Amino acid sequence: MEANFPSTGRLPAAFLTPGSSSFMDFLGAHQPEMLPRNRQLPAQGVIEAPHGTTIVAATFPGGVVLAGDRRATMGNVIAQRDIEKVFPADEYSAVGIAGTAGLAVEMVKLFQLELEHFEKVEGVSLSLEGKANRLSTMIRSNLGMAMQGLAVVPLFAGYDVDRQKGRIFSYDVTGGRSEEHGYAATGSGSLFARGALKKLFREDLTEQQATTLVVQALYDAADDDSATGGPDLARRIYPIVTVINDEGFRKLTDAEASEIVRAVHERRLQEPDGPRAALL
Amino acid sequence: MSTPFYVSPQQAMADRAEYARKGIARGRSVVVLQYNDGVLFVAENPSRALHKVSEIYDRIAFAAVGKYNEFENLRIGGVRYADLRGYTYDRDDVTARGLANVYAQTLGTIFSSAGEKPYEVELIVAEVGAGPEDDQIYRLPHDGSIVDEHGSVAVGGNADQISNYLDQRHRDGMTLAEALKLARASLARDTNGTERALTAEQLEVAVLDRTRPQQRKFKRLLGRQLSRLLEEGSGAESVADVADEPGEDAGPQG
Repeated sequence: MEANFPSTGRLPAAFLTPGSSSFMDFLGAHQPEMLPRNRQLPAQGVIEAPHGTTIVAATFPGGVVLAGDRRATMGNVIAQRDIEKVFPADEYSAVGIAGTAGLAVEMVKLFQLELEHFEKVEGVSLSLEGKANRLSTMIRSNLGMAMQGLAVVPLFAGYDVDRQKGRIFSYDVTGGRSEEHGYAATGSGSLFARGALKKLFREDLTEQQATTLVVQALYDAADDDSATGGPDLARRIYPIVTVINDEGFRKLTDAEASEIVRAVHERRLQEPDGPRAALL
Repeated sequence: MSTPFYVSPQQAMADRAEYARKGIARGRSVVVLQYNDGVLFVAENPSRALHKVSEIYDRIAFAAVGKYNEFENLRIGGVRYADLRGYTYDRDDVTARGLANVYAQTLGTIFSSAGEKPYEVELIVAEVGAGPEDDQIYRLPHDGSIVDEHGSVAVGGNADQISNYLDQRHRDGMTLAEALKLARASLARDTNGTERALTAEQLEVAVLDRTRPQQRKFKRLLGRQLSRLLEEGSGAESVADVADEPGEDAGPQG
């Protein structure tokens, strides 16, 4: 980057211009070619690239859990079996991404930086709504890519420090944002995951139960959607499960995730379709 | 047209340096000390909102004295530099040395360009390493020079006297509470040698703590935590005494 500095080596004017606290605005002014939205689109045709699949989230009193399976697919090929699609956005929020994996990872990186940059410049964090809106802007700027089959559709979950509860926001490819109450799912397996969440979700789940719930939902998604990966017990690849509560973001360790997955798996050996909801 | 009055380059530079130094000397001081788990920043600053010490990046922090709008601009420039660099390459590729260089170039260019008013600021850029020997502290005076500091450093109004005081008393491997008490004692000394009482409310305190599990090692010490640290082992005359007699924590405030 030094090469971009004028010969004196001093910080260029864009660095010392007061005003914006947004890293994306700064990048747009200083090095617009580095922003994903300023990239040239291919003229025609659909690009084959790895796609991430299912993300689920559920709230519980005192927080929210966000989890994702580990599979990336490219057409009918499994491109990667241990991809991570759930990331911390900052201390009190996380983002899970379905869609084109390469673009998604870049979007998350820029989103994390956007939140951190604001926090450092302003000295305070953005509100949870503010963060959700920032993500909306980023998805909207990817619309051109989405039209060519490279969509990125995240699920954003965070702990609202002001309201003291976990909240979930879902998005569509145009950046349309809606708050989800209770639970949400996105990605190719989301239909099946949502069915499971709907039948198993209750308002008064404990943190432990909520983590089991999302693992059940991912299990059901993998059961019926070929692009969603189920827990791989042989390779010890388990879903990424994260919890956000008043103490901040926490990713379950492999040992913790394995315990939940194994418990769910044990039960499914007896009842392959999972727990049954009451008929009436 | 009148003939411009001749001023020798030496005189012009001396005047500019004098101007910048006077501006810096008006403000309260900031001290930066190494302790066993990282780097401690202490500033006398009654404001909770206008900071003299701030986070730049994962392991890098910034402290400044002088004119607020000027060092605030430099701080934001530094955050932008670090974030852009980390985004372009990797988070590990953002270093205090790189940042200090950019600051030095910026300050130096402004200082020697006749068209611009010299910045009335003095900066400190510090990075916490894996161990105490990897910590780096750079002092950046108004004219664009860089000084690589070890142990302790002071900038601002009363910097020479405070530096002397710190040099005599600072040693490697101090605990956070010891370093904090030493920092407060050094800031409390006035130019005429008298001591003022500095309470937790008058101090802005932050650390780069290498033991923090998070990626970002910068942390502000506020409220109860700060008061508790300041109370720890109080009553002992000097920090060295506290280390020798860890049990003693009663007695009047020093």
